[in-house]
Amino acid sequence: MPPIDYPAIDWLAVSPMIVVLVGALVLLVVGSLTRMWPRSLYALVTVAVVVPAVILEMVLWNRVGHEGPVSIVDDALSIDRLTLFAWIGITVAVGLVALSTSEYLRREELDGPETYAMYLAAAIGAMVMASANDFVVMFLGLETLSIALYVLAASHRRRAESQESGLKYFVLGGFASAFFLYGIALLYGSTGTTNLSGMGEFLRGQVFLDGDDAMLLAGLALLLVGLGFKIAAVPFHFWTPDVYQGAPTPTTSFMASIGKFAAFAAMLRVLLVALPTRADDWRPVVWVMAIASVVIGSILAVAQTDVKRMLAYSSISHAGFILIGVEAAGHSGDTAGLPSALLYLMLYSVLVVGTFTVISLVSRTGDGRTDLASFRGLSKERPALALAMTVFLFAQAGMPVTSGFIAKFGVIKAAADNQSYAVAIVAMVASVIAAVLYLRIMISMWLSDAETGDETREKVAVPFTSAIVILAAVIFTIVAGVFPGWLIDASRDALAVVR
Amino acid sequence: MSLLASGTGEALSFPILTALVLVPLIGAIATLFTTARRPEITKMVALFSSVVTGGMSLWLLASFETGDAGFQFVSKHEWIQSWGIGWHLGVDGISLFLVVLTGVLFPLAIVGCDPHHDEKPYLAWILMLEAGVMGSFLSLDLVLFFLFFEIVLVPMYFLIGRWGYDQRVYAATKFFLYTMVGSAFMLVGIVTTALLASDQLGGVTFDLVEIAEGANFAASTGRWLFFAFAIAFAVKVPLFPLHTWLPDAHTQAPTAGSVILAGVLLKLGTYGLVRFGVYLFPEAAVWSRELFLTLAVIGILWGAIAATMQTDLKRLVAYSSVAHLGFIVLGTFAFTTEAISGGVMQMVNHGVSTGALFLLVGMIYERRHTRAIAELKGLQKVAPIFAAAFMVVMLSSIGVPGLNGFVGEFLVLIGSFSTARWWVVIGTVGVILAALYLLWAYQRVFHGEPDEANSSFRELRLREGAVLLPFIGLIVFCGLYPKPMLDRIEPSVKVLLERVEERTGFQTSTGDHSHGDMHGDSDDESHGESHDESDNEKGEG
Repeated sequence: MPPIDYPAIDWLAVSPMIVVLVGALVLLVVGSLTRMWPRSLYALVTVAVVVPAVILEMVLWNRVGHEGPVSIVDDALSIDRLTLFAWIGITVAVGLVALSTSEYLRREELDGPETYAMYLAAAIGAMVMASANDFVVMFLGLETLSIALYVLAASHRRRAESQESGLKYFVLGGFASAFFLYGIALLYGSTGTTNLSGMGEFLRGQVFLDGDDAMLLAGLALLLVGLGFKIAAVPFHFWTPDVYQGAPTPTTSFMASIGKFAAFAAMLRVLLVALPTRADDWRPVVWVMAIASVVIGSILAVAQTDVKRMLAYSSISHAGFILIGVEAAGHSGDTAGLPSALLYLMLYSVLVVGTFTVISLVSRTGDGRTDLASFRGLSKERPALALAMTVFLFAQAGMPVTSGFIAKFGVIKAAADNQSYAVAIVAMVASVIAAVLYLRIMISMWLSDAETGDETREKVAVPFTSAIVILAAVIFTIVAGVFPGWLIDASRDALAVVR
Repeated sequence: MSLLASGTGEALSFPILTALVLVPLIGAIATLFTTARRPEITKMVALFSSVVTGGMSLWLLASFETGDAGFQFVSKHEWIQSWGIGWHLGVDGISLFLVVLTGVLFPLAIVGCDPHHDEKPYLAWILMLEAGVMGSFLSLDLVLFFLFFEIVLVPMYFLIGRWGYDQRVYAATKFFLYTMVGSAFMLVGIVTTALLASDQLGGVTFDLVEIAEGANFAASTGRWLFFAFAIAFAVKVPLFPLHTWLPDAHTQAPTAGSVILAGVLLKLGTYGLVRFGVYLFPEAAVWSRELFLTLAVIGILWGAIAATMQTDLKRLVAYSSVAHLGFIVLGTFAFTTEAISGGVMQMVNHGVSTGALFLLVGMIYERRHTRAIAELKGLQKVAPIFAAAFMVVMLSSIGVPGLNGFVGEFLVLIGSFSTARWWVVIGTVGVILAALYLLWAYQRVFHGEPDEANSSFRELRLREGAVLLPFIGLIVFCGLYPKPMLDRIEPSVKVLLERVEERTGFQTSTGDHSHGDMHGDSDDESHGESHDESDNEKGEG
């Protein structure tokens, strides 16, 4: 029997994942063996895990800048700036979500290490997904992320909605994973490799005659179904409102930020590394998904009365915007699409974490009060909180001087760069429709008069850790809106991916 | 006039335009940090920053180089380098008086109107609004302009929504969404313009001047782009079928909101049409002029007729704005020096007279808690000074010679006659209708014997008089002696029109002289005209 040929491992390159993994294990093992830790300590430990990970990612960012992108562990992972951009976004978002979870769990009497361990485990999945250069590895990442998310969605033990949300997500997510896996199988069948770069190379040298590529196209289609589900793009969005609404609010923010980031990073890599030669096949599909997502997401969002559902639909519409960037990236020689999609993801992640943190405070004990009426009078009760929410909502609506404008501008510019003017106009008009929903929340906060019974409601508490998250998100939203140059440049650096 | 005309050198050392944008912004933030227990300090801070801004705008006026058609006091810095977006501010004859109007109007609105509750956020929003409006008038970068143009919505939304009247939320939301739809198209237009121009400019830039000077768009492309911009401005003006947000927003807004909305916000639309529409896409503007002339004339008549039918005094004034702004658009798309200069003057004059009208209507509401014309009666008997002030402002709005409303309207009509004859003929009816609805309203409100409810109507107070005095002063001064204003406006308009003529071959000048080196000639000629006019007016007034 020949000795197994282990691949060489570039330890520095995987160190952020190792740090997160160790953190998850420590939290899980030590946390379960010891008594309840003091207040906020679980969250602080999570942050303490995330910070070195971010630092290591910065170091790697620098190294990639000097030495160029590399693929490691026998070509299974790509360490390029696309990966690192996603990693930084993911880890920072994990830190923010963890901080915002701390007092939430106390309030809901769910405190314990497991939620944070799940966060970190999901983060590893997300990081693997974002960096995978092999379909099997990508699938592993996807499943790690998904399983953690199923559990997290159902983690509010006393809320039936949370259980329902977890189960729905699990069943539908299982289906999506199956589609994804079958897509991989078909692609493997038609190209003979599961490696993304290898597949790209193979397809570059391959000429398909009439109908020869049916299996390839079927694989591509199934893959897009799986990814479309994860990013919650129309028509694979049906789970989103129910799951977002039912899941514990911090989990919702986790899904909307980290889940989307990982899925989009994987999608970009699949489409641009493995299947760039088939861009003419997948671009129209992405085009339709993008248009449908912005339009349907926006319109349905307006019809909701529950804020979490509204933001679920608005997240669908945001996914549509990002897809516009993905579509643009499919044009040959394009240099604006990929950076614009990444920039959008980065800005939106922070934004959405901030938004859902506010919602988790307003939802009050029981995490159930997320209808529009619970925001009524927030400007009187908690003016600073209402102001922060206003900043987030205006940013989501794409108002200037906020990061949301920069995000939308980048995507619109990428679309216009490729003469996709129709997409740009449809998206902008849809964003006006979406503005109605943000205005509705603001009307509730600022312009509605108190009604009877309001004074007996539980007051909205703003604990310190959540306040930090909100403040950080507000500052980032405005700073990135006024001085976005560094982020734009960073996202542009991500163009040099491992091919 | 140019005692301080050593301006440009000084301006380099002190970035006055940047300061014009930043001072109100800093004021807004400072206002937020004042204590709620001492409202007078909050008000002082707000007033101080708006007065400083107003003072700077007057200083700008004083040191503006008369006769220089280009942009002055230019402040140009890199901002978002990777996308070619810059912080580029500048002022020329077209924007100068709008900047001054903004600077003057805001302190008056702050002093003259009382929000009744939540004064701190109210003042902060007003100052933010001022920063946004200033920025819009000064921006010479497409994205920067869009940024200010769009951000203006936020303070205005809250001003209407929180401090307005019964239907305020509806009106505020309608205002916000209408304008945002227009902006959606404009943003795509802006991006596309810059990207298409980048081939000719050798790099992506959103700089207005660079694009306008360096890029030439194919006719069909230019038309699409022009319409993307024009929709946003048409909503803002508002031009005929898109005007329905205006009566609601004006009527429901608090007094200061209405004053600012009518005074400067609407001008963003007409100014945008001149600065971005005509300047960037002369070919498309000329090509579509008949459409815009027609819509303008419909707006004039529609606004006037609708105003006649109103039972609410504030709504009446609001509809009169639709009519008045129709004249400005008419002038803009007539493409003659007199017409566009008249249009620019009319922007300022309408801001002054309608701003004052809204203030007066606000004062009536403060006293009687109604704006219904039917419930007001015989106010002249009990408040003669108030009635006199109302009379002057109203006559200016009608466009009576000797007052400022006449100058702009007259220039527009006379300037448009050669290039848009039949539109002018029909549009002139609007002047008569303006007299009809305003005089009729005056008659119903002020004449007759006051009934019981109106007999206790309070006379103008000192503070109110002090606020109205600058308005009336401007009304009379600009009406009797518009020359200094025209001298500064005209050179920039001429350059703009030369460009239109050069790009399209459209005969912009009324006379027989062809374009070329006739600048000196035409300059003198128009100055002579304005002399004559002012003389005439003096005689008549």
